[in-house]
Amino acid sequence: MIKHLLSIDQLVPDQIDLIMRTADSLREVGTRTIKKVPALRGRTVCNLFFEPSTRTRISFELAAKRLSADVVTFTADARTSVSKGESFRDTAQTLQAMGVDAIVIRHSSSGAPVLLSKWVDASVINAGDGLHEHPTQALLDLYSIRERFGSFEGLRVGIVGDVVHSRVARSNVKALAKMGAIVTLVGPPTLMPPAVETWGVEVTTDLDEVLPKLDVAYLLRVQTERMNEKLFPTAREYAALWGLDRRRVAMMKPEGLIMHPGPMNRGVEIASEVADLERSIITNQVTNGISVRSALLYLMLGDTTGSDEDPEEDIDG
Amino acid sequence: MAVPGSPQRIPSGERVKARVLESEDMSRALRRIAHEILEHNKGIADVILIGIHTRGVPLAERLGREIEEIEGQMPQVGAIDVSFYRDDIGIRRPKEIAPTELPFDVSGKTVVLVDDVLFTGRTIRAAIDALVDFGRPDTIQLAVLMDRGHREIPIRADYVGKNIPTSANEQVRVHLAEIDGSDEVVILEGQA
Repeated sequence: MIKHLLSIDQLVPDQIDLIMRTADSLREVGTRTIKKVPALRGRTVCNLFFEPSTRTRISFELAAKRLSADVVTFTADARTSVSKGESFRDTAQTLQAMGVDAIVIRHSSSGAPVLLSKWVDASVINAGDGLHEHPTQALLDLYSIRERFGSFEGLRVGIVGDVVHSRVARSNVKALAKMGAIVTLVGPPTLMPPAVETWGVEVTTDLDEVLPKLDVAYLLRVQTERMNEKLFPTAREYAALWGLDRRRVAMMKPEGLIMHPGPMNRGVEIASEVADLERSIITNQVTNGISVRSALLYLMLGDTTGSDEDPEEDIDG
Repeated sequence: MAVPGSPQRIPSGERVKARVLESEDMSRALRRIAHEILEHNKGIADVILIGIHTRGVPLAERLGREIEEIEGQMPQVGAIDVSFYRDDIGIRRPKEIAPTELPFDVSGKTVVLVDDVLFTGRTIRAAIDALVDFGRPDTIQLAVLMDRGHREIPIRADYVGKNIPTSANEQVRVHLAEIDGSDEVVILEGQA
């Protein structure tokens, strides 16, 4: 398995399959009375969060604890060394000196995890960097889709909303395409990335037109903090054109799924009653996030052989 | 129960030194073990068979069917994966993981762990650790198709299909119809 997970680009479909199958086993661990196995006992995982995040941080924390790893959390808030002016590099060297085995990093600058991976011996996992990628979100989304559909070949997934500012969209487009799904990006032209035609996906502004064809409607969060950037007139107008409401759900295939990376703005990109429908698997995504992140930690930290060969079968009896 | 795993290929650079069990030998050995389990435990009340992934799982199911033929009742059969409990995590590349399926309470039961080959004993140590996370069995016993010696920890089997002396660089491969297409046990000579 790879040493660092910085981008979905690093993974081939076989590795993604292995992550999914390993996550199946870790999901089973999550159903036990004792939700813990000793696999990573004595290893330390550091959550290094330069951007506020609740769900991703807690998800990684539970994922590491399910494997018996120790977890330390470093958030760049008012009371840490960062507020005292410590540079990113010095923070990295401090963690290196403390001997952590894995660093899970969230940073507002694209590329920060790549930089970090060059400075430390620990495995680096990108938990969201700027407008670049959020690979573990894409993997848990794949897992959640696989849970319902079994495979990805030929599935039509619509990613709706603020694509330009979304690292979730970037990672998901790559991951879904790798696994054979057909992706359509839907949203106002002001929220589509420049050169989107080079992404190899279909792009449209008309949600009503694509909705009946979709197996999955993946709604991105409208970043309300972007409202004053004048990329769309009002939240109400956004909801009218690209929000998923009852009327639009009725246009979907009966087995079509609704997904959202959270946190949701109920009433903007998703109507409140739609978020609570059975076909909306938003809470499954959260549950699956723990299993998928556990699987990654196990595969990355549990395999330091650097070998890509198949393991020997008859290792022991 | 689904049986994952892919057929074993005999790797190049290794040659078959001996065929130690044919299909009929394997059936006879399993039938004898089934009788021994029944004799030792005075029936199958409270007996649970748990196969260790990969090849212990179909073996446990076969033992269950042998017992059913004798007693007219199928014991409960489960599957356990020991990957997360191994002592070589980080040293050795992990094997493919299969989900653990123990849809019953093991507390107070007689658990017979089933595996294909007993070698160093480390897999069994891991299996016992995994098992006790699910409850507290009254007794844990061990049934293996092949015991090839070379133990590294103090573990022994209660039921053995066949003891075979091997040298440490040889490999014992158990092939089962459910996974590999046919039943046989071969000894492979390792590279010198």
